[in-house]
Amino acid sequence: MRVRLSTAIAAAFLLSGGAFAQDAAKPTDPQIAHIAYTAGQIDITAAKQAIAKSKNKEVLAFAEDMVRDHEAVNKQALDLVKKLNVTPEDNNTSRSLAKQAADKQAELAKLNGAAYDKAYVANEVAFHKAVNGALGTLLIPSANNAELKSLLETGLKIFQGHEQHAEHVAAAMK
Amino acid sequence: MSLGRYAFAFLVIVGGVNSAPVHAKTIQVVIDKLVFSPTQVNAKVGDTIEWVNGDILAHTATVRGDWDVMIAAKKSATLVLKKAGSFEYYCRFHPNMKGQIVIEPE
Ligand SMILES: [Cu+2]
Repeated sequence: MRVRLSTAIAAAFLLSGGAFAQDAAKPTDPQIAHIAYTAGQIDITAAKQAIAKSKNKEVLAFAEDMVRDHEAVNKQALDLVKKLNVTPEDNNTSRSLAKQAADKQAELAKLNGAAYDKAYVANEVAFHKAVNGALGTLLIPSANNAELKSLLETGLKIFQGHEQHAEHVAAAMK
Repeated sequence: MSLGRYAFAFLVIVGGVNSAPVHAKTIQVVIDKLVFSPTQVNAKVGDTIEWVNGDILAHTATVRGDWDVMIAAKKSATLVLKKAGSFEYYCRFHPNMKGQIVIEPE
């Protein structure tokens, strides 16, 4: 068990560049809910920056899709935690994710035009990949509540779709 | 030229438009948690596909360079099949969602 968990964390670490490896222990349901919600909010914030900065039609459409989907998923997540009487609990993984995202946003803010578009979309591919890695290897296997697990599983399918969508947008920009 | 004759001509035209093939049917494809089911459907030219979206997300049924049907969250959308062939479609928003429609001539 110990070995399996650390392998999962190591895998998540490789994909995310660190954020998911902060908590050595298996995350609890309130922590998992917080991490998943935070990841969604990060992508919404990034998309809103793109909507304000980009002039590329494809990039704008993609960013609007991200806002719409992640807002819908996060609303469902909030409804679920309310129903389950779970209070999402802040934790090192969430904090680390938020910190990394803020740094990335500051970096992207300095770019403009095609350079910005490329960097935003490349980060969207990387970010969704990291979240998907963590969902698959750490968050879903760690979730106790069946409804939370099911929501995360649907979330994984949605985010895998976003990852492919981002890859398509990236390919079209070359 | 009597009014009656116009009315007759009108009825003939409307009748002609309405004489759609009787076998044309509506085939439902349900979307649940990013899955089109059934994944593959067999249909004939003139049939209608109705996608029923149970998800909280908007999806599309898209064949690149051909159709692009928007299916809003918790809503349905339809498409009348116009030409025969085997069509692989996907969702533009979530390209991991895939389906297939095999359309036979009328
Ligand atoms: Cu979709």
